[in-house]
Amino acid sequence: MSTSVFTRLHLRDRIRDRDTAVYSILLILALVFPMASIYATDGTALVSQATRAGTFVLLAIGLNVVVGFAGLLDLGYAAFYAIGAYSYALFASTQLASSPAHHAFHLPFWLMLFVALFVAAAAGAVLGFPTLRLRGDYLAIVTLGFGEIVPQLFYNFDQWTGGINAVGGIDQPTLPAWIQGPWSGDGPFQVVRNFNFGGDPVAFYVLICILIAAAIILVNNLYRSRLGRAWMAIREDEVAAAAMGINTVTTKLLAFGIGASFSGFAGAFYGANVSLVSPDSFLFIVSITVLVMVVLGGMGNISGVIIGALVLYYVVYYLIPGLPENVRSLANSIGLSSETTRSLADATQHLNYIIYGGILVAMMLLRPQGLLPSRVREQELKHAAVQEEEAAVEMEHAT
Amino acid sequence: MSEQPAPADNILELTDLTKRFGGLVAVDNVSLNIKRGEVFALIGPNGAGKTTLFNNVTGLFQPTSGRVVFDGRDITGSKPHQVARRGIARTFQNIRLFDYMTCLDNVRVGRHVRMKATVFDSLFKLPRERREEERVTEEAMEFLRFVGIAKHADQYARNLAYGQQRRLEIARALATDPKLLLLDEPAAGFTPQEKVELMKLVKKILGRGITVFLIEHDMKVVMGISERIVVLDHGEKIAEGSPDEVRKDVRVIEAYLGKSA
Repeated sequence: MSTSVFTRLHLRDRIRDRDTAVYSILLILALVFPMASIYATDGTALVSQATRAGTFVLLAIGLNVVVGFAGLLDLGYAAFYAIGAYSYALFASTQLASSPAHHAFHLPFWLMLFVALFVAAAAGAVLGFPTLRLRGDYLAIVTLGFGEIVPQLFYNFDQWTGGINAVGGIDQPTLPAWIQGPWSGDGPFQVVRNFNFGGDPVAFYVLICILIAAAIILVNNLYRSRLGRAWMAIREDEVAAAAMGINTVTTKLLAFGIGASFSGFAGAFYGANVSLVSPDSFLFIVSITVLVMVVLGGMGNISGVIIGALVLYYVVYYLIPGLPENVRSLANSIGLSSETTRSLADATQHLNYIIYGGILVAMMLLRPQGLLPSRVREQELKHAAVQEEEAAVEMEHAT
Repeated sequence: MSEQPAPADNILELTDLTKRFGGLVAVDNVSLNIKRGEVFALIGPNGAGKTTLFNNVTGLFQPTSGRVVFDGRDITGSKPHQVARRGIARTFQNIRLFDYMTCLDNVRVGRHVRMKATVFDSLFKLPRERREEERVTEEAMEFLRFVGIAKHADQYARNLAYGQQRRLEIARALATDPKLLLLDEPAAGFTPQEKVELMKLVKKILGRGITVFLIEHDMKVVMGISERIVVLDHGEKIAEGSPDEVRKDVRVIEAYLGKSA
């Protein structure tokens, strides 16, 4: 008996160790990054980028609950992101003054953060209730449709949402004075200078880091709970899970709702951060990008998903858009004519998506289990590989 | 069928249970009563409708007609999770474990239905949730010990040997605290030695006050542990009685060996 308990703890420790290491590194990076980047580039552009990457991390953590834990393929995740963003945008701008409501709301950001969370969760439940009886591919198609419909709704209800003109001038979050405390302002004890969100990238950066930390803790708690095990059981074998007394419908609904609520959270944050919300920001490509982040990082493993989100964000929003410029300067420095330089840069511009696709294919070929896989995923792929090999050997014998 | 015991003595009563799939009658007007604390066996040739009957009892299928009364309550048409909550647990003919979960987690999933933690408790890891988790982990280990695979607690279910997987499935079912345990061919593919051990395990389960309802092909096992037997053929009940009575029944011999002349 004692040996079995020992090995069990031992294995768990190893898993924990890896996670602790990853989280420590991420924490240090998160602390050092703003200072280093501001020092190095003498501007906060990189911090803004990191903040946007942070919203994607939040999205990926949420989608991981749905796809990684419960095994439900959701191709319309951006819809909940849109719902969160619009919930904040409409109630924290002058938008509704010109709507049939004729009254502008300016609700505080901190309240709306939670309202957006609940609105998105409710939307998740509304979508989930009729559809979660569907399995696998069919569910994916319905969520895909939902993801297409929601931005269309925001387009078409232009009386309320401004449609294609987007909602602009969204309120900035403000911290009440008592939270800011004696260390804010210009006094002698200032540690953080005026903690005012008025478009300050560093403030948003700090906020997204706090939100991500909270999300990690909460999702981790869920993963190691009764509910987390129920999700995994459903993913593994729905019939057996039901026979064990798990209400599969409500359990899946919870996965959908909780996943969606993170997205709503991220949406409200996004609305405040960029101060402009348009239906164009929530198209299919966003859903897919987040899904790829989850798969690439290591489905089901929270730390892996975070790494995946950061890496893919870097590739999609930094590396690829910057490629033509880099090609141009490289061509210049090796002394090619300006004519060739321009055509080379143009070519990379046109090949954007091909390069992106190529990078994805390469990553999935090199690490099909994801950058930092969950133990489960690793095992599954190993077994699949063994089975394939066995099948191949049998084929050889047969011929 | 001649003597009907008082209802309170019966843990499970099936009345005129029928299940049709289109034109096919898989279970045809079957009535049977299982007494509290006995081992009741369901036998019959392949395709006789035994597993279908199990599926009707556990809510996987909705019976076309007839009634299922468990522990004095009509559970006809209940959902599988409701049936499990009431106190019926089962194993599957072709083992259905959660392959990529550890043995411990498999059993803890079985404990799910007896846990109280809400989403809120789990989200914030409240002290009562922690305590419950600790307690359930200990209980789950206890069930693994009970079936004799505690030393594999941390292995993935799929990595266990076949016989151990069958045992794990029983442990998982027991973890739901059932009053009635349905075993679907628990000895399939077992060596004689394993069969003996299985029979011992069934005795131990009975000792916990759990009624056992099993489907089994192996006559040695069936005759060795069950007190009463029902024989199904083409969905119909063709015989019922003690092992000795059933063994001598002409219709049973015909069903298994075919009619002579």
